[in-house]
Amino acid sequence: MNEELKEIYQQVILDHNKSPRNFRKIDPSTHSSEGLNPLCGDHVFIYLDIQDGVIADISFDGNGCAISKSSASIMTAELKGKTVEEAEIIFNQFHDMVTGKLTDEEEIENLGKLSVFQGVRDFPVRVKCASLAWHTMHAALHSETVVTTE
Amino acid sequence: MTEEINGAAYSHFDPELFRKDFPVLHQNIHGKPLVYLDNAATTQKPQVVIDTIAEYYKGYNSNIHRGVHQLSQKATDEYEKARVKIQKFLNAPKSREIVLLRGTTEAINLVASSYGRKFIKSGDEIIISEMEHHSNIVPWQMLCEQTGAVLKVIPMNDLGELMMDEYKKLLTEKTKIVSVVHASNTLGTENPVEEITRLAHTVGAKVLIDGAQAVQHFKVDVQAIGCDFYAFSGHKLYGPTGIGVLWGREELLEVMPPYQGGGDMILSVTFDKTVYNEIPYKFEAGTPNIADTIALGTAIDYIESIGIDQISTYESELYLYAEETILPIDEVTLIGCAEKKGSVFSFKLKDVHPHDVGTIMDMEGVAIRTGHMCTQPVMKHFGVPALSRISIGLYNTKADIDRAAEGIKKVLEVFA
Ligand SMILES: Cc1ncc(COP(=O)(O)O)c(C=O)c1O
Repeated sequence: MNEELKEIYQQVILDHNKSPRNFRKIDPSTHSSEGLNPLCGDHVFIYLDIQDGVIADISFDGNGCAISKSSASIMTAELKGKTVEEAEIIFNQFHDMVTGKLTDEEEIENLGKLSVFQGVRDFPVRVKCASLAWHTMHAALHSETVVTTE
Repeated sequence: MTEEINGAAYSHFDPELFRKDFPVLHQNIHGKPLVYLDNAATTQKPQVVIDTIAEYYKGYNSNIHRGVHQLSQKATDEYEKARVKIQKFLNAPKSREIVLLRGTTEAINLVASSYGRKFIKSGDEIIISEMEHHSNIVPWQMLCEQTGAVLKVIPMNDLGELMMDEYKKLLTEKTKIVSVVHASNTLGTENPVEEITRLAHTVGAKVLIDGAQAVQHFKVDVQAIGCDFYAFSGHKLYGPTGIGVLWGREELLEVMPPYQGGGDMILSVTFDKTVYNEIPYKFEAGTPNIADTIALGTAIDYIESIGIDQISTYESELYLYAEETILPIDEVTLIGCAEKKGSVFSFKLKDVHPHDVGTIMDMEGVAIRTGHMCTQPVMKHFGVPALSRISIGLYNTKADIDRAAEGIKKVLEVFA
């Protein structure tokens, strides 16, 4: 496989695509939102259970490409137990990483598992796929019901 | 140059020769020679078309129908010559029935808003089909919302063919418009538009055919079809973007109100009364897309110098080759198996999302379309969020199809 492809389709991403974590609905949830990427038909729902400013539970369902699905999966795994403020900060850092604004190696490394998505910055049309779940999560926190990345 | 094309060199169909006419094809993508298989989205442009645009701007750019000066006359002549080429290309009875617009989308919108506003009333029915492009759905929905008319949909079977028996049941004296696609951009299905038209006319309905995926692949004769309106886009016919055509029967265009107001579409204006210009100018308000209209004329010359029937035969053979080459890959499911189809190969690849298919094939230098292709009802019918589509043009070769098959195998490697 060529290097750029290897970068974007890392084993972790393929693994989360095959067996997504937290792929279910939280019912009832305290916050939820629906995300759409009309360009490729990605469609994701994010559910949150927030207690005292802490993300007690977070999940997703819907359908999408490997990048969007694995991104949603890894996001839910990473955000569980974080405060809402922390989630917002990570969202901003993640967004900066996939759009190529965050280049500092160390800061990227600090993002832990999320750093597997850094290869996405070389595929501008796929940035939306990687960030859809995050935008949707962000919208849910701000009580917006539908977001689109177009 | 077009002149050379008429020579003996093209006496049998040789796509390798045509490839030379298309500068864009000769480049590497991610280090590999480009294979362009997204022709249903838009086709590439031959050098003669590109040259025509440059010649206009370099040599005789000026506004049309306005000046008495020489450049304006030359521009007007070339513009009107293109209209006549389009008329002949469609075998339309008169050049004044050719309305020059931005594309298929604008053509359909024109009919929906102009014809629709005047003739459609609450309770009337408009029939479209399940395989329409969004541009042949939304304008009618808008019209229905405005007028209280009702939209009916001809269903299709799982092969991707319209169910003609169901269509017959939908037709009543309430039916006022039937608007269907000639060839589907997602399924490749070629619809029996003559029969659809004949049946619609038995109840007095008017018929619009969306020819966006037809004119570049086979001979279209609007008189043989018998329809009332026909729409297509220049950019899918090896011509420029931003130019498209509505053909409409003279007697209908005559009684339809203008679509937009402005210059060129009037005979005289006072603040009390404006007298509209005659057709087709009544529908061409403002300075039109002069350069691209003339270049569309060149694109038609180019196609005709090769021969649309030859293109048709060649593309059908190549499509069959695509089936032979790609279908043996177990993980591939072909979507759209109509008996009469051509040039479009849409497929599902196991459970790999088309977006991933598209990215990986792009890395292999193969450009295909992935997504819902502006036909969400088709996606719904086949229970998929999106599809991957290979679509063929006159310059594609068996080698291109082989590269596509290799690309698909690469995707399967990544998603093993
Ligand atoms: C069947 C069909 N109809 C209509 C259109 C719209 O054409 P345009 O975008 O050029 O107006 C397309 C283009 O994708 C098409 O494939």
